[in-house]
Amino acid sequence: MIWLGIDTANMPLSVAIVKDGTILAEVNSSMAVNHSLRAMPVIEELFATVQLQPKDIDAIAVSEGPGSYTGVRIGVTIAKTLAWTLKKPLFGVSSLKVLAANAVYFDGLICPIVDARRNNVYAGVYEFVDGGLTAIAEDGHFAIENLLDVLASKERPVLFVGKDVAMHEELMKERLKENAVIAPFPLQLPRASSLIFIAQQSGQEENTHAFTPEYRRIAEAEANWLMQQRKDQDNE
Amino acid sequence: MDKDMYILGIETSCDETAASVVKNGHEIVSNVVASQIQSQQRFGGVVPEIASRHHVEQITLVIEEALAEANLAPSDLDAVAVTEGPGLVGALLIGINAAKAFAFANGLPIVGVHHIAGHIYANQLMQPMEFPLLALIVSGGHTELVLMEKHGSFKLIGETRDDAAGEAYDKVARVLGLPYPGGPHIDKLALESDEAVDFPRAWLEPDSYDFSFSGLKSAVINYKHNIEQKGGEVNPSHVAAGFQQSVVDVLTEKTSRAAKEYGVKQVIAAGGVAANKGLRASLDAVFEKEGLPFYVPPISLCTDNAAMIAAAGTSMFVSGKRGTMEMNGRPGMELVSWND
Ligand SMILES: [Zn+2]
Repeated sequence: MIWLGIDTANMPLSVAIVKDGTILAEVNSSMAVNHSLRAMPVIEELFATVQLQPKDIDAIAVSEGPGSYTGVRIGVTIAKTLAWTLKKPLFGVSSLKVLAANAVYFDGLICPIVDARRNNVYAGVYEFVDGGLTAIAEDGHFAIENLLDVLASKERPVLFVGKDVAMHEELMKERLKENAVIAPFPLQLPRASSLIFIAQQSGQEENTHAFTPEYRRIAEAEANWLMQQRKDQDNE
Repeated sequence: MDKDMYILGIETSCDETAASVVKNGHEIVSNVVASQIQSQQRFGGVVPEIASRHHVEQITLVIEEALAEANLAPSDLDAVAVTEGPGLVGALLIGINAAKAFAFANGLPIVGVHHIAGHIYANQLMQPMEFPLLALIVSGGHTELVLMEKHGSFKLIGETRDDAAGEAYDKVARVLGLPYPGGPHIDKLALESDEAVDFPRAWLEPDSYDFSFSGLKSAVINYKHNIEQKGGEVNPSHVAAGFQQSVVDVLTEKTSRAAKEYGVKQVIAAGGVAANKGLRASLDAVFEKEGLPFYVPPISLCTDNAAMIAAAGTSMFVSGKRGTMEMNGRPGMELVSWND
């Protein structure tokens, strides 16, 4: 089995080709470059490096978000299109779970974080149980303060993973004291090989045409519209 | 061309997810458009984030349908043409990345097309273009007069200095309390009306082919305020008719003058507002009198579609133009000639 994995959910880019449990090639980067400029060229390069043709792959795994709306959509659009036209199965995996996979074997809670501006974060809470990652809470969009309060109440060590952790490190230590553990830099970037690993272990095959990102947030215009609807209803 | 050439077109620059296969640059084999109008109507306009979300949902389905309708496999295609800009960047990126992935998977070349070149080439799907040719492009984002001396050669001779014609239509429709998109509603009211309010025409400098519609929009707003302040009620049909007459007069006059000055052999209209019945009738009348061939594609090819992108893309492809896997969305892309 040959797998292609793609993660463009946030600023980092990761693409991997894995064959029968071996990473043939993987590219990881974290640069402020538009994914539309980098993602397809990196995928093309990777296929050339491992001397495979697109049709040689057997399955595709993609990071489905949450994260940057545009970023997630680029990876999902590429993965969907490849899976559809090559007639291969498609697997979507939480971008946060991919980050959490960097910290398996940690004895405690694993909290992958992606900054969502204005003191908000996308975050998940995972635990490494019986050789796999179990979600303790659903991935979501949280005010960092609320998230840390909940984590503090668990009174267990929490490992924070992700390159945006540094932005909130002080607050984490203030709220969780010695229970706040910060992952070192080699564990901060999502890896497409982990994405493939999770898809293989626990992935659900997606309906390719219907597959869409997990935004974990409705669009602002839609939220405003819903609010207006409710107001109108109350006034009636 | 010895062998038939099939090009897949993809268009996602605004709120239509579209794919089409065009044969030899002028024959539509399939033309699929998934519109988001129903979803966007509740916001009174196109919300970029919502548009992008819809595109991701629709993109592979729409491409699949275009191939199925054409009864072609990817291996039967010669290239993929996709709108590179201008447009909403997040929306453009869906079409571009789908096009790149599709081209890569199937070993096809890719061509990035300017949206307005697409609108102009929609005419090529109806009748062959004859040069020199004058194109009037009128849509929600554009009001331009473009001179073409041959295929792939564009000279901008006039453009709007403020609002696009379609934008003015939408804004005035909102003032009159008409639903989005406002153009067709104003057109309908104007055609039914027996009376028209007299609004100013923005001719600008005597020799200019530029346009300006913001003053007209303000005139409509002021007119409504004045009447309402006096306790009167505005007749929307009279306002619509007056507004439309002002827009149509200026567009017709300048197009006709440019056609004469540049001695063109053919005049074409393109873009969503080209579907406007009032504008069409006025241009038809003028060019019939002048004995100049004037064409407007049917509504389905005036509004955003991918057949027009495939048509323009074919001309670019034949001229040797190729895009790369690094193609990015270009929201402010300028129309440049590919055949100088
Ligand atoms: Zn358009």
